[in-house]
Amino acid sequence: MILVLLVCLPFVGSLAAVVLLRTDSRVLAARMAGAVTFVALVLTAVLYPSVRDGGKVRLDLEWLPQLGLNVTLRMDGFAWLFAMLVTGIGFLVVLYARYYMSEEDPVPRFFSFLLAFMGSMLGIVLSGNIILLSVFWELTSIFSFLLISYWHNNAAARDGARMALTITGIGGFCLLAGLLVLGHIVGSYDLDVVLASGDLIKAHPLYLTALVLILIGALTKSAQVPFHFWLPNAMAAPTPVSAYLHSATMVKAGVFLLVRFWPALSGTYEWFMLVGIAGISTLILGAYFAMFQQDLKGLLAYSTISHLGLITTLLSLGSPLAAVAAIFHMMNHATFKASLFMAAGIIDHETGTRDMRRLSGLLKYLPITGTLAMVASAAMAGVPLLNGFISKEMFFAEAVETHADSVLDRILPYVATLAGAFSVAYSLRFIHMVFFGPPPTDLPKPKPHEPPHWMRFPIEFLVLACLVVGIIPSLSIGPFLHSAVISVLGDRTPEYSLAIWHGINTPLIMSLIALVGGAALYVVMKDYLAKCDNGPPLFRHLGGQRIFERVLVTVSWKWARWLESNLGTRHLQPQLRLVAAAGFLAGAVSLYLAGFSPKPLAFKDVDPIFAAVWAIGAFCALGAAYQAKYHRLAALVLLGGAGITTCITFVWLSAPDLAITQLVVEIVTTVLLLLGLRWLPKRSEKVDNSVSFSARSRRFRDFLLAISCGFGMFLFSYAIMTQPVPDAIASYFLDKAYSEGGGRNVVNVILVDFRGFDTMGEIAVLAIVALTVFALLRRFRPAPDSIEKPEQQRIQNAFDAERPERSAGDTVRDYLLVPSVIMQWMFPVIATFAVYLFLRGHDLPGGGFAAGITMAIAFLLQYLAGGVRWAEDRLRILPLRWMGFGLIMAAATGMGAWLLGYPFLTTHSQYIEVPFIGKVPAASALLFDLGVFSLVVGATVLILIALAHQSVRMHRVRGLDAPKAEEN
Amino acid sequence: MEFPFVLLIGLFFAAAVYLMLSKFLVRVLLGVVLLGNGVNLLLFTNGRILREVPPIIPQGHDVPATLTANPLPQALILTAIVISFSFFAFLLVLVYRAYQDLGTDNGNEMRLAEPEDDPLPPTGY
Repeated sequence: MILVLLVCLPFVGSLAAVVLLRTDSRVLAARMAGAVTFVALVLTAVLYPSVRDGGKVRLDLEWLPQLGLNVTLRMDGFAWLFAMLVTGIGFLVVLYARYYMSEEDPVPRFFSFLLAFMGSMLGIVLSGNIILLSVFWELTSIFSFLLISYWHNNAAARDGARMALTITGIGGFCLLAGLLVLGHIVGSYDLDVVLASGDLIKAHPLYLTALVLILIGALTKSAQVPFHFWLPNAMAAPTPVSAYLHSATMVKAGVFLLVRFWPALSGTYEWFMLVGIAGISTLILGAYFAMFQQDLKGLLAYSTISHLGLITTLLSLGSPLAAVAAIFHMMNHATFKASLFMAAGIIDHETGTRDMRRLSGLLKYLPITGTLAMVASAAMAGVPLLNGFISKEMFFAEAVETHADSVLDRILPYVATLAGAFSVAYSLRFIHMVFFGPPPTDLPKPKPHEPPHWMRFPIEFLVLACLVVGIIPSLSIGPFLHSAVISVLGDRTPEYSLAIWHGINTPLIMSLIALVGGAALYVVMKDYLAKCDNGPPLFRHLGGQRIFERVLVTVSWKWARWLESNLGTRHLQPQLRLVAAAGFLAGAVSLYLAGFSPKPLAFKDVDPIFAAVWAIGAFCALGAAYQAKYHRLAALVLLGGAGITTCITFVWLSAPDLAITQLVVEIVTTVLLLLGLRWLPKRSEKVDNSVSFSARSRRFRDFLLAISCGFGMFLFSYAIMTQPVPDAIASYFLDKAYSEGGGRNVVNVILVDFRGFDTMGEIAVLAIVALTVFALLRRFRPAPDSIEKPEQQRIQNAFDAERPERSAGDTVRDYLLVPSVIMQWMFPVIATFAVYLFLRGHDLPGGGFAAGITMAIAFLLQYLAGGVRWAEDRLRILPLRWMGFGLIMAAATGMGAWLLGYPFLTTHSQYIEVPFIGKVPAASALLFDLGVFSLVVGATVLILIALAHQSVRMHRVRGLDAPKAEEN
Repeated sequence: MEFPFVLLIGLFFAAAVYLMLSKFLVRVLLGVVLLGNGVNLLLFTNGRILREVPPIIPQGHDVPATLTANPLPQALILTAIVISFSFFAFLLVLVYRAYQDLGTDNGNEMRLAEPEDDPLPPTGY
């Protein structure tokens, strides 16, 4: 339970910082963030007794158990140590940021992101399910992006953030793929199971695939060569972020992952080569680059890269002792590097610059900060009596040992010593150039002074930790490190000693060589470094960053342009043609590959009446296509013919429900089209008769494509029809429809019962469409060029005008009077028929949908008969209410099953005796069907009314235009 | 029996595709209606065709007494009819609004977002 609290608390705090507080005060946001991190720290600390000596806290919450995805949180000694690091340094960073952030910055947002990041990081550390881990992994990338781009008006921050997100995002994607492969190998996504099946994984043929993918994830996150270049660019972030994310925690996530999966993946030759090459080259290149940085934070960033390389190298060796050293160094590095970043932040804050060429002699102005930075740098350089020394000694000892006999292994001691010397040189440079020498001359802020005490407190605390761990390691960090090591290595936990003095041995000599060599190196290069450009010689103009930007421009710009100009088109028609052609090819190729050979066409047992009906249907379809250009009304009538053919086909071929629905839908479709065509432009044969060659060839091409598609579908459906019927689930529905669904009309039972959820979605779609149509046409008037009265009405009005005994509009009003009266009288009849269709739906053809459209037709006829005004004076339909009632009814029926303890949309059926009517089916599905009915009525009427109202608005447009015409 | 039926389906599709390849949206609209019919008939072939045996359980029986038509494609087609109807209604209103706002029903002339002679953006940093 504490684990859930621990992971959720930072996210809650993050939301609270921006949503609840709604304050601009940096103090309030900082206090809240401080409180949250402190509680998280305490929560972590109290869990220590349960994780000591290989203990484990575990919590399982089911998420998608069918897919092996669960919210599993687990904490062992290693996770505990890391969680302490995250929360502890988090607390110090919040304290520091309280003073660092200026009043002008949107401080609550900063703390919100920082807390959310802390939550994601804790999520990575505590995940007991590898997919969950990957989710939190992505979250850290995203919050890192947001934090780097915090000063988003700064271009460097935006570029750095984008680069970090691209690199770590690609890594995260690879990691997810790798973890999926890993889960596939093991058969479970549970971390404990994965860790326990190391031998299985290493022997599996997919081992290398999983390894490479996971390594890409880990190495990008930990900024290892060749993915290192995002980290220096991320230094555009505010310094607390650099201290927290980019030195202490997030970049450690990569090596954390390597340690986490160390028992399952390490120890093979592939592991040693891949991890080793990355680690060793990062170690040496990072240290080399760091020497030549002029930006304080740049120096620290490259130094971080180098130290992460050191940890990676240790992990590559595959020996338990090296893993111990790696875990230990992760902690040590976080302590001294975070404090150094904070010191750099103070220097930047007080002097206004981080350029080492401008800084000098600051010890006089910042005596305490200077001293603290010196101690921390000494730890970074590996000076005895500080924590960095102990883990570096352990590294040297491991470097000397032979693990896997190869060139890499043999050069390691020399590379390690050289990198050690480099790190001494840059540490020395950091201290000497900033704090010693003549007083500074051109500082943006001329009078630097010590910061407030509480801003310095985090540094003091961390430096104290460096000293304590460095002097009495086994008493301070010893027990915690031990439980972490046990939880990772288990039975393979080696004997190790954290003593500072092991006698004079090879590692000590290597340390001495590095210290002396580094100091000598600095003395020699001092003058060059004081003036040189930013960046190391030889590599200054050749960076991963440049390559990255090249690739980005090429992929996202040049290739995209090329594809667009060569394959794309800016016209709709060619695109549609491509879609149709691709569809035809997809069908044809797969049929061909499947070895399809149609049976010979059989003309026997063709019922002549059927053939005649279908011939009419075919004639209608082809005629519609032919007439559509100039004679839209004819095309519409022919289209109706095609629809009726479909309808008759359904009736005859045992699908009465389909026939009813098809018929009513056909009616409404035709009305809709008629209403729509009234407002759409006409095309007259006389105007548009210039038939050019290109138009002809285009038409011919379309014709060919249409014929091919038609022929393809012909073959396809013929193939289906000549196959035997597979024994699918249809018989299940036939058997259970009455016994379990309580209805005799199987199609209706499937719709409202077996597949009720689908129907629910379907009516939701209908509702959405109706609302969209309503929104599109509301407050909308037809264009002026289509508001002219139809020709017939003009002739009729002219007829009135010629005769003195008639007033204008008389003929129009009385036009088709008898049919209108009949239509008005038909209303109750059709409404009753709709109710009848609805009630019989469960047992006989009918149902909510057909009944709903029938009801809508009843309303529609009133509009047709009397016009919009007449109909609405007498009938208030309120289609939105019908729709709302329908949707709520359907959902409530479904949820009613919950009350009785059944899953959503479980139905119950029975018959009740109603006086005068007889036995009436009263399944709960009937209520559901009532919802369908109501929604369909509302939606259909809403669409029709929206279109019909255009004619009412037309009069208003005409009214508005009339005075204007007179003025002209 | 099968042959004329599948011929009808093929012709429906051919006419629908031809209409939909037009650049005038009204014709595309008519094509969509026809395509809906074609697709429904194609789905219908999955249940094969049987005459005059609707999937309705007669009174006094718990399961169909004789061989009946396959109810599953019918239920799916019923859904398909509804969805294609809503799709059609939406498309119709969209075409109508597009015509009113852009003054044309020719898909190739609707160039509000990408004017015809709009130069390409610069192709380099």
